[in-house]
Amino acid sequence: MAAEKRVVFRSAWLPYLLVAPQIAITVIFFFWPAFQAAWYSFQLQDAFGLQTEFVGLRNFHELFGDPRYLESFKITAVFSILVSTIGISISLLLATMANRVIRGAMGYKTFLIWPYAVASAVAGVIFAFLFAPSVGIVTFALKQIGVHWNWVLRGDQAMILVVVASIWKQISYNFLFFLAGLQSIPKSLIEAAAIDGAGPIRRFWTVVFPLLTPTTFFLLVINIVYAFFDTFGVIDATTQGGPAGATNILVYKVYHDGVKSADLGGSSAQSVILMIIVIALTVVQFRFIERKVHY
Amino acid sequence: MNLSSPPSGMVENRPWLTFFSHAILVAGVLLVAFPLYITFVASTLTLEQILSVPMPLVPGDQFWNNYTQVITAGSQRGAAAPVGRMMLNSLVVALVVPLGKISISIISAFAIVYFKFPLRNFFFWMIFVTLMLPVEVRIIPTFKVAADLGILNSYAGLTLPLIASATATFLFRQFFMTIPDELAEAARIDGAGPMRFFVDVLLPLSKTSMAALFVIQFIYGWNQYLWPLLITTDESMYTTVIGIKRMITGGDALTEWHLVMATAMLALLPPALVVMLMQKWFVKGLVETEK
Repeated sequence: MAAEKRVVFRSAWLPYLLVAPQIAITVIFFFWPAFQAAWYSFQLQDAFGLQTEFVGLRNFHELFGDPRYLESFKITAVFSILVSTIGISISLLLATMANRVIRGAMGYKTFLIWPYAVASAVAGVIFAFLFAPSVGIVTFALKQIGVHWNWVLRGDQAMILVVVASIWKQISYNFLFFLAGLQSIPKSLIEAAAIDGAGPIRRFWTVVFPLLTPTTFFLLVINIVYAFFDTFGVIDATTQGGPAGATNILVYKVYHDGVKSADLGGSSAQSVILMIIVIALTVVQFRFIERKVHY
Repeated sequence: MNLSSPPSGMVENRPWLTFFSHAILVAGVLLVAFPLYITFVASTLTLEQILSVPMPLVPGDQFWNNYTQVITAGSQRGAAAPVGRMMLNSLVVALVVPLGKISISIISAFAIVYFKFPLRNFFFWMIFVTLMLPVEVRIIPTFKVAADLGILNSYAGLTLPLIASATATFLFRQFFMTIPDELAEAARIDGAGPMRFFVDVLLPLSKTSMAALFVIQFIYGWNQYLWPLLITTDESMYTTVIGIKRMITGGDALTEWHLVMATAMLALLPPALVVMLMQKWFVKGLVETEK
């Protein structure tokens, strides 16, 4: 811990009492289950869950020998890269424009931030309806321009659907952070560049964008975490990982293997791998936040 | 938003660029709003109107019918649980989760900042690590714990596991660090005990942080999906977000889209209104907790 209070209270029992509720919930619902997931990942259960056998790293070994798991890794990578890069680009464009205009700025902001409030499963249901193969209004429009749309059968279209729904929900978050970043850039810097004869586009790439780097990196990490974990609802309400595993991201696979297929050992091994990914992402995230502070 | 001196206005006047900016923003707003508009229109039509592709693009006259149907009786072919009950469940979760989080986080932050005790760093570290253990990575064991405790299909099960919070604890800790030491010193000289200081000084000063956190956590609680999906099997304990998913019976010609879309509106309106009406707190909460 960094800073310390000069004045502190003393009590032999009160601080323990104060942290007790938080620690109790943390231990019961976070540490104990995480520990169990790690424990199960080294075990093999029979179909009835009556017998368990310690098998060491066999679950992990099988996992990485399973082409479907490796495929799920690849799908998660493609999915999170698409969601974060496209989402960040659109939000940056909108935030830059919103930072420019004087009239109606508040209105634009109000109407751009509300999708944050929509649950990812609800966003999924809405987009499933818009793009529904037989009744969807977007499907109908696509047909008019010659695109045959059926995400229920086509894997690439299923991926587009979940990417679009996930981006739609995340734009507000990115937009707000970019807008805050843009508003903190000193106006003198931009004026100086303008006096030197730089046009608006050049000013953006040489002055504004470099100053937004910390925000962009922060959002990149946040968006990757979002795509990895918080899009579960989008997937479950639309494609459920299909067709033929085309949108089966890692989180969905853990859920599917553990809950629907009741493969405790395999699902737990996947949990452990996801935990390692979260830890890595959290460390990266905190590094960037620290850097942002010193910037 | 800074309305007084936008950077470009001071630098130069480029009418075409201003026009272009407005055009992009209007397009953005329309694209973002389009799904909501279609959802609303579909929720006021009959199923036949929706199935006659393309569906009408102006609201129909079934608003009252569809909404009373879902609120009082649910869907006809899918889950027949009334959405009114689900909204009540969602509201309970959306209120208990933020209140619980704020309460247990503010007292643990108080202990960590204002007391020196042997296990302080250890507890702080424990709370920090929860950031790295989202429910998604420990699905089945957490379900088992809830089952062992007998809290499946209960409000306790829906809320308790969600109220531990590293971010809320950090937020309050950060805030307490900015409070001048003189206040605690004065309180001590006046003979006030730690709890007196907490109630009379810290709580009133933390109001803003609490309000911001409340708005963010209300949305978080209302929108929970994976956890309620795991632990509620009883229709009377479904939340709205779960209920809407259960109404989709599979096959898009079989789904009662008019009712599903009415439920979607009911599921998204309360949190959307909170975001728009409490925009100031929402933005503050979002930016300060950094998720």
